[in-house]
Amino acid sequence: MLFPISSAHISPIYLVIVGFVIGILGGFFGVGGSFIAGPALRAVGLDWNFAVGTDLAHIVGKSVVAVRQHRAFGNVDLRLGLVMAIGTIAGAEIGAQLIQMLSIVSIAVYVSISTFMMWESRKTLRSKKRGVAAPATAATKKEDPSSFGHVTRSIQRLNIPPLIKLPTSGITISLWIILLVAFVGGLFSGFLGGGAGYIRMPSMVYVLGIPTHLAVGTDLFEIIISASYGTFTHAIKGNVDILIALVMHTGAAIGAQIGAISTQYFTGPKIRLAFVPLPLIGAAIVIYTLMTGHKV
Amino acid sequence: MKKETAKTLRAFAIELVVYAALVVGYFFLVLHFLGEGLHQLEVRHRYTYAGVALLLIIGQAVILQNVTTLLLRLIRGRAG
Repeated sequence: MLFPISSAHISPIYLVIVGFVIGILGGFFGVGGSFIAGPALRAVGLDWNFAVGTDLAHIVGKSVVAVRQHRAFGNVDLRLGLVMAIGTIAGAEIGAQLIQMLSIVSIAVYVSISTFMMWESRKTLRSKKRGVAAPATAATKKEDPSSFGHVTRSIQRLNIPPLIKLPTSGITISLWIILLVAFVGGLFSGFLGGGAGYIRMPSMVYVLGIPTHLAVGTDLFEIIISASYGTFTHAIKGNVDILIALVMHTGAAIGAQIGAISTQYFTGPKIRLAFVPLPLIGAAIVIYTLMTGHKV
Repeated sequence: MKKETAKTLRAFAIELVVYAALVVGYFFLVLHFLGEGLHQLEVRHRYTYAGVALLLIIGQAVILQNVTTLLLRLIRGRAG
């Protein structure tokens, strides 16, 4: 099928399947999925600039579907998402300027996140097993104990005004800490060209103390705003083939719903344990970028 | 419990088939008509194209989700 905007010949079935896979991952983990979409689009000959811009457009659509589904489950903190979007966009703009400096640091950060999440989620799951086993219900699945909880509570107690109350997440925390978390995520997003959900989702859980299910839903809501901004700026530069994004999104729409619904069958620590490979993929992308000079 | 899971999976499989048929129709009808117009817009009016692109992807997201939810409700209703 010819896509006239980018002059690319791509099979629509291929795009639907790629969208479907990314949709499942995005709905379940709260990530954009650029680490799959970018290489998948480039593999069929789409120009690098078009791959980035088109992927962002598709992420907007996929996140809208996933957020609507997560919202039905009460997994989206709109206030937190809006505040984080500001920090992410600012970070993304600066991140694009700091590519060299960030690259080395980011590899260490990604590997550390992955190792830490493996340690924490396994420890939490082991300590839960030692406790009295309660029958699994939807409510118990959303209970989200963490072996890192004491550190998170200390961060929440930092009294740096203005403090912001987040009733949906059940916490009160300094606005500056939220902006800092979003800004750091944005820096990596600006550097990698994707959503960098694999740094923001764990940060929301471990630094802000948001329950995992809410972190997934809220991160997706935040991605709608930041990816919309990215789509608009890339479209102005002529980097978006919206027809490709629309076709990809037909697969992603159903995948995102499956991913979002699946989170209801897993506890927070299990979702975090399954998340472990994603930051490692992020690290691999940075290594590839450094070695070849091309973003994935 | 197993019966419920089998019912859900069967409903989902039917939904996928109906959804796939709808999507194929969508490719050939809507994208065929939209393609050239969007291409011209992208060449001549970039800012308008950027806005239209965003509206299209968000609009499609809302419509597709409503379609899949409706399909699932209809199929489950019939199966039940």
